[in-house]
Amino acid sequence: MGFEIAGYSLLPVVPELVLAVGAMALLMIGAYRGDRVTGLVTGLAVFLVVIAAALVLWLPPGRLVTFNGSFIVDDFARFMKILTLTGSAVTLLFSRGFVAAATRRMFEFAILILLSTVGMMVLISAGDLISLYLGLELMSLALYVVAASQRDNLKSTEAGLKYFVLGALSSGMLLYGASLIYGFTGTVSFAGIAAAAKSGSLGLVFGLVFLLAGLCFKVSAVPFHMWTPDVYEGAPTPVTAFFASAPKVAALAVFVRATMTAFPGITQEWQQIVVFVAIASMALGAFAGIGQRNIKRLMAYSSIGHMGFALVGLAAGTPEGTQGVLVYIAIYLTMTLGAFAVILALSRHGEAVETISDFAGLSRTNPLLAFFMAMLLFSLAGVPPLAGFFAKFYVFLAAMKAGLFTLAVLGVLSSVIGAYYYLVIIKVMYFDEPIGAMEPARGELRAVLAVTGLFNMLFFVYPAPLIDVATLAAKSLF
Amino acid sequence: MIFPALFFYLFAVLCVGSAFMVIAARNPVHSVLFLILAFVNASGLFLLMGAEFLAMILVVVYVGAVAVLFLFVVMMLDVDFAELKQGFLQYLPVGALVAAILLAELMMVGGAWVINPAVVKAVVAPIPGNVTNTEALGLVLYTRYIHYFQLAGIVLLVAMIGAIVLTLRHKPNIKRQSIPDQVARTKATAMEVRKVASGQGLKETAQ
Repeated sequence: MGFEIAGYSLLPVVPELVLAVGAMALLMIGAYRGDRVTGLVTGLAVFLVVIAAALVLWLPPGRLVTFNGSFIVDDFARFMKILTLTGSAVTLLFSRGFVAAATRRMFEFAILILLSTVGMMVLISAGDLISLYLGLELMSLALYVVAASQRDNLKSTEAGLKYFVLGALSSGMLLYGASLIYGFTGTVSFAGIAAAAKSGSLGLVFGLVFLLAGLCFKVSAVPFHMWTPDVYEGAPTPVTAFFASAPKVAALAVFVRATMTAFPGITQEWQQIVVFVAIASMALGAFAGIGQRNIKRLMAYSSIGHMGFALVGLAAGTPEGTQGVLVYIAIYLTMTLGAFAVILALSRHGEAVETISDFAGLSRTNPLLAFFMAMLLFSLAGVPPLAGFFAKFYVFLAAMKAGLFTLAVLGVLSSVIGAYYYLVIIKVMYFDEPIGAMEPARGELRAVLAVTGLFNMLFFVYPAPLIDVATLAAKSLF
Repeated sequence: MIFPALFFYLFAVLCVGSAFMVIAARNPVHSVLFLILAFVNASGLFLLMGAEFLAMILVVVYVGAVAVLFLFVVMMLDVDFAELKQGFLQYLPVGALVAAILLAELMMVGGAWVINPAVVKAVVAPIPGNVTNTEALGLVLYTRYIHYFQLAGIVLLVAMIGAIVLTLRHKPNIKRQSIPDQVARTKATAMEVRKVASGQGLKETAQ
């Protein structure tokens, strides 16, 4: 086969190649036609993401490795890539309404999201520290720009700058950790590190701590969460929806892959860190969300808390724990995208509104919207029999089986506390006096809301497909 | 030999000292000049390690391009650095404390460091014995490391798109040169012949 470069097979990277080359082709269309073609470019971008997802599924089954082991496609990577691509495609759909306004026309928006998605896919497939770092930077750099994309808006530029400065700091920590790990093991590949780090040494643990600090920043886990509320609030709402979905999946994927495949010999050491980070994130997500007035800030604290719950599964360090993480992140993705579809749909007199009091009386003005939002919020809170309950159930079960009883108990407690602020929104929607009708939501928002809402409501009827796929994906790491 | 050790300490001390002066200097132009000194000393350290390609790249790229760009920015932009540095002394004690703890911990790690003999064997792409390291890099950069090379290229593309998105503004009321318009001008559209009666001038000017 001639389908190779410098002796390496290109087959495993076909989805990434299609996405990257497609993004550059769209860039050319935009550069020659100007901002008039924003709608066309965004539509084609959605199409490209769908093609990339189809290609991920089309790849031959089993474990494909290329570029000397720096690029791995296994069932885990396939699962995470499909989730990431779903997040990106839905965000691009969300952004259609946003960039439709003449003042916000910007074809680069879709291209940056596409290139960021390429970075996420590289990150998910990373088999060594260098491709981990390159994927992370490609993902983040595009995110900094889209956060600041409303450059005439003070909050948006502040969000972009804040994210950029703190992101650069976290990249520095991650690189420092990577260089320590390289220094103490003599290799950058995860398999090589695992082989060299059987016993573990002080220096290696030091490097591991810095590496995990950098990764915690990307999944916005406490104590590296400071940027999250400000960036979520300041960035344009479709961008916030993107931040809360696809990059979280990719960063969590690499978190799992790095700890499970590169440091299986020193599980004890990283387990302590992950347990602490998980407890702190769950607690902060539960308590700090209570006083929020702005729905986007609330979603930021909600996402911090949810990352904590997902890390509970990782802390278990077992195949069951990994399966729990995968199920959790899949369900989290649907809940978040659905909730953001509602937030994007809220507008009065042509102005987007984003405070919680604006939800008042939504059940009377838009009963269907209010019903779906209520179901998604119950799911986020983890009320059975909605999907969110099962997500938490699997991670806590894995933690109990691994003997982490304190962690599981603290998790359940913070889940109960966190339920308060989701219930407040439901109370505002159903029992407060309406303050004027909302404008009708765009078609794509309604479609996303219907799909995610029905998924969350009916998951308990037939959960087997997702659980089975997640089990397969988790097995491929061990 | 004692010379490599002497040069190592010379370069290292100067590097750390000038790095400190970068943040301590009152005049921003001095800061940038100290930054250049730090870069040159770092490249000296690379030379001592036998990495002559990195040493030269550091001088060419960082001293030649980046630092000069910094100088331009510092001189062209009217940034009040004294005001920016207001909080510096206030944060210094805490920052120094954190740095001291980190340094102590790192020394503990470094002290315990014994090079694992397996590590030396595990080097993925050892430098071939009889070529310079520029050549050695060239041998693997576009073949073995093609994946990283291409990814780094996409990162740079994103940086470029980002810079354009965030800074380019098309102002509507600016007169721009349009070469097609200029070429399309004909005698009929560009000039007008009028008879001017003597002593009266034109009522209205053309255009």
